[in-house]
Amino acid sequence: MPSDPAYSLHGVTRAYGAVRAVDTVTLAFVRDETTVLIGSSGSGKSTVLRLLLGLEWPDAGEVRRDGVALRREDMLEERRRVGYVIQEGGLFPHLTVLGNLGLLPGYLGWDRARIHRRALELADLTRLPVALLERFPAELSGGQRQRVALMRALMHDPPTLLLDEPLGALDPLVRHELQDDLRAIFQRLDRTVVMVTHDLAEAAWFSDRLVLMRHGRVVQEGSIADFIRAPADGFVREFVAARRALPGTVA
Amino acid sequence: MRRRGAFTWLFAWLVAVAATTASAAAPAVVTIGSKDFTESVVLGEVARLAAIDHGLDATHRRSLGGTRILWRALLEGEIDAYPEYTGTITHELVRDLPGDAGMDALRARLRELGIGMGDPLGFDNGYAIGMREETAVRLGIEAISDLAAHPGLRIALSNEFMDRADGWPGLKAAYGLPMDARGMDHALAYRALASGAVDAIDLYGTDAEIAYYGLRVLRDDRGHFPRYDAVYLYRLDLDRRAPGFVATLDGLAGAIAAPRMRAMNKAVKLDGEPEERVAARLLGIAPGAGAARGRAGPGLLEYTLQHMALVGVSLSLAILLAVPLGVLAARRRRLGQLVLGLTGILQTVPSLALFVFMIPLFGIGAVPAIAALFLYSLLPIVRNTHAGLTGVDPSLRESAAALGLPPGFRLRRVELPLALRSILAGVKIAAVVNVGTATLGALIGAGGYGQPILTGIRLDDIGLIMQGAVPAALLALAMQGLFELVERALTPRGLRLPAAS
Repeated sequence: MPSDPAYSLHGVTRAYGAVRAVDTVTLAFVRDETTVLIGSSGSGKSTVLRLLLGLEWPDAGEVRRDGVALRREDMLEERRRVGYVIQEGGLFPHLTVLGNLGLLPGYLGWDRARIHRRALELADLTRLPVALLERFPAELSGGQRQRVALMRALMHDPPTLLLDEPLGALDPLVRHELQDDLRAIFQRLDRTVVMVTHDLAEAAWFSDRLVLMRHGRVVQEGSIADFIRAPADGFVREFVAARRALPGTVA
Repeated sequence: MRRRGAFTWLFAWLVAVAATTASAAAPAVVTIGSKDFTESVVLGEVARLAAIDHGLDATHRRSLGGTRILWRALLEGEIDAYPEYTGTITHELVRDLPGDAGMDALRARLRELGIGMGDPLGFDNGYAIGMREETAVRLGIEAISDLAAHPGLRIALSNEFMDRADGWPGLKAAYGLPMDARGMDHALAYRALASGAVDAIDLYGTDAEIAYYGLRVLRDDRGHFPRYDAVYLYRLDLDRRAPGFVATLDGLAGAIAAPRMRAMNKAVKLDGEPEERVAARLLGIAPGAGAARGRAGPGLLEYTLQHMALVGVSLSLAILLAVPLGVLAARRRRLGQLVLGLTGILQTVPSLALFVFMIPLFGIGAVPAIAALFLYSLLPIVRNTHAGLTGVDPSLRESAAALGLPPGFRLRRVELPLALRSILAGVKIAAVVNVGTATLGALIGAGGYGQPILTGIRLDDIGLIMQGAVPAALLALAMQGLFELVERALTPRGLRLPAAS
C-alpha cells in the first residue's frame, strides 16, 4: 500500500441481501494520480466509488480519507471535496447548463459573476462551446452532456474526481474524441482521479494503475503490461484475451 | 419573484372575497332556518316576516338540507328557530319518548335540550302513499293494504322516508308489503310518477302536486303513520335575546289549516310566486323589497363569488397542507403509507356525510363547507406530490446528493421542480372535483351554485337548476384551463423539450 493514499478502503464489505457487491476489499488510491477500476458489470467497481462518496456505507471495514475514517455526519462537506460524474451525466433537466454548473456554487454563496467566470474557464478546459451554457441538457448531444457533467464536477475545484463509466453511453467516435480530451484534462489538472470502466483498452489508455475486480473482490492490481505478462489467475488471462481479440476497436 | 407575487395577490383576493361573503351574512338578532322543501321554506319566510313585523332584525337561512342538519344547527345555536313536524320530533329527534307521549311530555323533553316548541300551526303534513288515479282504478287499489297483492309495483320513496323508523321499514312490516322500494328525491319522484316511471310514491299531506297531478292518496287503513303537525322549534334562549318574538310565533298557532298550506305550496311551487310574497299574504303585511327579486334569490354574480370563495379558500388551504404532507410521505415510507391511507379514507366518506360531519365543529354556512372541501381536496394533491417525488429519476436524486447539497436544498431546487408537473396535475384534479362538490355546500347554508340547483330541484324548475349547473360546469372547465396555463407557465422549459440523443 502506498505511503500517502488520498483515499483507502480497509477490509470493506458491502452486501445487498446475500450478494456481496464489495467483499473484504483493501485498496488505496494514490494522491494526484489516476486509478482505473475495471471489471465486468456487477464486479463491484461502481460500489467502490459510491462508498467513497458515502452514498453507500460499509457493512464491515472502513473507508478513509487522508488516513482518517469517514463519518456519516461529515458527508455533506466530504462530498464537496469530490467531483462525481456518472454514465448519463446526471444533469438536472429543469436547469440550463449554467444552472447545473451553478447549483452547488450558488449554495456555497458564490455570486453570479464568479459562477460565470468559472464556467467560462471550464468550458475552455473541456472544449465546450460557450454558446451552450444557456441551453438545457435536452438540447445537447451525449458528448456535450458529459463535458458539462465534468464541468459541474470541477466547478468548486475539488481535490478528487470520481468518474463512473463517464463515456459508457457514447457512440464510438464521440467516445474516442472524449477519451483524448479527458486524458489531457486529467494530466493538466494533476489531481486524484478514480475512474470506473468495463473496457480494458480504455482503462489502459488512462492509466498504468489498474485495479481489476470480480465478484466484489480485487483480482489484480498493476499496469496492463503486468496483466498480460503475469496474470494473477485464469480470469485475468481470459479478461485480457477477450479485449485483445478485438484489435483496432475502441469499444 | 414575480410568480410568488401573483400567488400572494391571488390568495389575498380569495381571502377578501371570503371576508365579504362572511360579512354579507353578518349576525342578525334572529336567524330562522328551513329544510330544503317548499313548505319548510314558506314557513321559514312566515317566521322571518313575523319577526321583522315585530321590529326585529331577522334572516332566513333557507333550504339548509334535511332534518339532521337543521336540528344540529338549532342545537349549536347556528339558527334560532325552524319549522318542524311533531312526528319527526318524536321519531327522529327525541326517540327516547314512548310513541303515545303527548305534547306536554314532548315539550318537557325538548326543554331539557334547551329547545322550545310552539303550538301546532293547524295542519297535519303526515306521510301518505300516492298513486296515479288511473293506475289505482285499474288495479282496484284504495288503501295501503291493497298494495300487498301487487308485488310488481315500482315504488320510489324520498330518501328520508327510506331511512326513518316510521317510514318504509315500518310501513313494509305493518302492511306486509312484499316489494322493494328505491330512494329518490321527493320533487323528482312526482315527475317519475307522472311519467309512469314508477307506480307509487310517498307524499306529504299538504303537497301541492296531489291535485295538480290528479293523484289518489291511499287510505292508511292500519293507522301506521303518526301525526305530523307543523310546529316551530326554537331555542329557549331566544326569548331573552328577542323578547316577545316567541309569543309572536305562538300567535301563529292554528292559523294555517291544511287547505291554506296546500294553496301556499301550490302558489310557490306551481305558480312560481316568491315564498316571501306568499308568506306576507298569510300574515297580512306588505312584502319587503326582497320579494321583487323573484324566487331566484341572489343573482349569478353573488353565487359565483360565493362559489369561488368556497373553492378558492378550501383549495388554497389544501395545497398548503397537502404538498408538505406529500413531501413527508415521500421522505418516510412508513409515515407515507399512513398519510396516504388516511387521506384515502377521507375520500371514501360520502361527500354529503362529510358536509354534515362538519356542522358540530363549525356550525353552518361557508366555514364547514370549506372544511369539508379542504379535506376532500387533500388526497389528489398528497398522492400526486408523493408520486411526483418518488418518481424523480434516482440517478438525478443521487447526483444532487453527491454534489454535497443538504436535503432541504435538494428538495427545493431539484426534487420539487422535477415533481412540479405531477403536483400541479393533482391540484388540477382537486380543483375540478372541488368545483362540483362545492355545489353540495348549499345544503348547509354555504351558498354558491348549489343554491339555485337546490331551489330548482325543490321547485321543479329546470331553468333554475341550469342557472347553477351550467356555471358550475363552466367554472370546472375554467379551472381546468387555468391550471393548464399555470402548468405551462411554471414547468421549466428544460422539461418541456423533447429529449435529444
